[in-house]
Amino acid sequence: MKLKLLSRVSFSLLMARWKQTLVAAVGVTFSITMFIALLSFMSGLNDLLDGLIVNRTPHVRLYNEIQASKIQPIQLAKKYANSYNFINSVKPKNEKIEIYNSAAILKELKNDSRVLGFAPKITTQVFFNVGTIDLTGVINGIDPIEENRLFMFKEYVTTGNFMDLKNTPNSIILGKGAAEKILANIGDVIQVTTSKGEKMQMKVVGYFQSGIQEVDKVQSYASIATTQKLLGVPNNYITDIQVKLKDILLAPSLAREFSALYDLDAVDIQTANSQFETGSSVRTIISYAVGITLLIVAGFGIYNILNMMIYEKMDSIAILKATGFSGNDVNQIFITIALSIGIFGGILGLVFGAGLSYVIDNVPFNTPALPTIKTFPINYNPKFYFIGAVFSIVTTYFAGYFPSRKASKIDPVLIIRGK
Amino acid sequence: MQEKVLEAINISKSFHDPITIKVLKDINFSLNPGEFASIIGKSGCGKSTLLYILSTMDTDYEGDLLISGINMKNKKEGELALVRNQKIGFVFQFHYLLNEFSVLKNVMLPGLKLNKYSEKEVENRAYEKLKILDIQNEALKKPNQLSGGQKQRVAIARALINDPLIIMGDEPTGNLDKKNSDIVFDIFKELAEVYNQTLLIVTHDNEFASKTHRIIEMEDGKIIKH
Ligand SMILES: Nc1ncnc2c1ncn2[C@@H]1O[C@H](COP(=O)(O)OP(=O)(O)O)[C@@H](O)[C@H]1O
Ligand SMILES: [Mg+2]
Repeated sequence: MKLKLLSRVSFSLLMARWKQTLVAAVGVTFSITMFIALLSFMSGLNDLLDGLIVNRTPHVRLYNEIQASKIQPIQLAKKYANSYNFINSVKPKNEKIEIYNSAAILKELKNDSRVLGFAPKITTQVFFNVGTIDLTGVINGIDPIEENRLFMFKEYVTTGNFMDLKNTPNSIILGKGAAEKILANIGDVIQVTTSKGEKMQMKVVGYFQSGIQEVDKVQSYASIATTQKLLGVPNNYITDIQVKLKDILLAPSLAREFSALYDLDAVDIQTANSQFETGSSVRTIISYAVGITLLIVAGFGIYNILNMMIYEKMDSIAILKATGFSGNDVNQIFITIALSIGIFGGILGLVFGAGLSYVIDNVPFNTPALPTIKTFPINYNPKFYFIGAVFSIVTTYFAGYFPSRKASKIDPVLIIRGK
Repeated sequence: MQEKVLEAINISKSFHDPITIKVLKDINFSLNPGEFASIIGKSGCGKSTLLYILSTMDTDYEGDLLISGINMKNKKEGELALVRNQKIGFVFQFHYLLNEFSVLKNVMLPGLKLNKYSEKEVENRAYEKLKILDIQNEALKKPNQLSGGQKQRVAIARALINDPLIIMGDEPTGNLDKKNSDIVFDIFKELAEVYNQTLLIVTHDNEFASKTHRIIEMEDGKIIKH
């Protein structure tokens, strides 16, 4: 009853100044709309850019780095344990980049409950022989099915079918840039030479486009079996194990664990791509800052309208107090006005924000670098709507707080005697 | 002995702006139920100042104020608001009606605030009060559509809505012409004599005062006759 009465008084005061109230509400609507659209768009963009890297990057990559042994023989000699050793010109020994005992490791990974999946890989440097010229490139020997399941391989094979790698013997999918350099069309047979001098004829079955030109100029894909044949190695030869985890945040600790366990080098995605994380978080911070600034400006609008209303309605406030409304009641009346503006403006803002996001989502966006993207990216995360709603209420509450307090402190005697 | 409606004990008040002036000096008097009293005195002698203290709106004074035997000193702002709501009906020189609400709603507001009756009952009671003042036909108009005399009658109806212990008025006829003043006076008289309503009306109209049951005369912040 009391609440009903107070809100009725609030509503009447509000309607008496509905134009200014509307302007204040439009301010809130505008800022929430922009807040939602901006964050959805920025977040969509972040997901897109992260996706470029993150989707195709293993959470943990296991490999053998060619490097000098960390322990030199002299360090094992007990006799010199308390001495300083100086060894000059240390060189890596003729070590293979092959992962030994790969079958056992793969089997263990398969039983690890933290692992979502893994794809073995062979990376090897090659030359593409074009006429008299040799162009350098890299062939990634992969398991097309696993590679697609874990790293969305299909998305990036823009021409041709990725399954042809498995179905067509001695087939290769070339990076778009590489294909242009060596003038290879689909169906062409190209000659590839390994660093050890082995030669092989390979059939081009597709083009691959990652969105990162430098990658597309050198990378190409073949099946594991084809690559093993090319290198003349047995069928348990692999150089990399790409692991995808159920929880990406575990990557650094698991990388350390695997590295120690299997005596391999391991790099986690966070370390490998730290610059992307930084970019994403800066973009997110900027969009929040802009959105919140807009809201604060809208808050000042509400603050102004309330101050004006209170100034105009001094008499009404005085008489309400004279007839038994307490300072607290008056305070609630004006807080209610502020919150109504906030809630009304905020709800409209959420609706318009969703609308604007939808519009942006349908704006065509074609770029050769991002073959899978047709329109601007939008992330419809409910989180943004929730934050927008909370912020609109919080800012309007604070915008209403000081004027309302002022109103509640109005001394009716001063007003009434002033007449 | 009947309980006093209102009792002022040694009430004094000073204004400090720009220099300290004592405008009320040791005011002592009381009102019995059903009394129709007027306060008269020259302009500036402190009548309004006293009335605002008696109405609990002004709390900055020395001495004690008892309303139906209860001391108002040290009561919180919210508690005083409740006292005003329940026990005091105030009529000002200016009507102070809210133009955002209809005449009827204006009368109902203090009743709704009291929250003793349902909204329907408050509405019926508001109609009754408007009927006593003979303006029930204007109930659905907005206050700014009424004449000055009508507005003041609405203000009186509003003062009556919660059946207050006492009605206070600060020159309630000050803004009205002779005819309307007479109407308002007759209403007060009827309230006093028919409904046994206690009234305390500040006026500088000696003719008005002479017709009330009791005259309290002030001079220079003191009561010189009561
Ligand atoms: N806010 C104030 N500050 C200083 N002096 C005041 C104030 N209000 C009233 N006064 C003074 O107090 C005296 C009494 O005023 P008031 O009670 O309004 O007189 P009355 O109603 O009898 O005409 C006057 O001299 C007036 O100038
Ligand atoms: Mg006066």
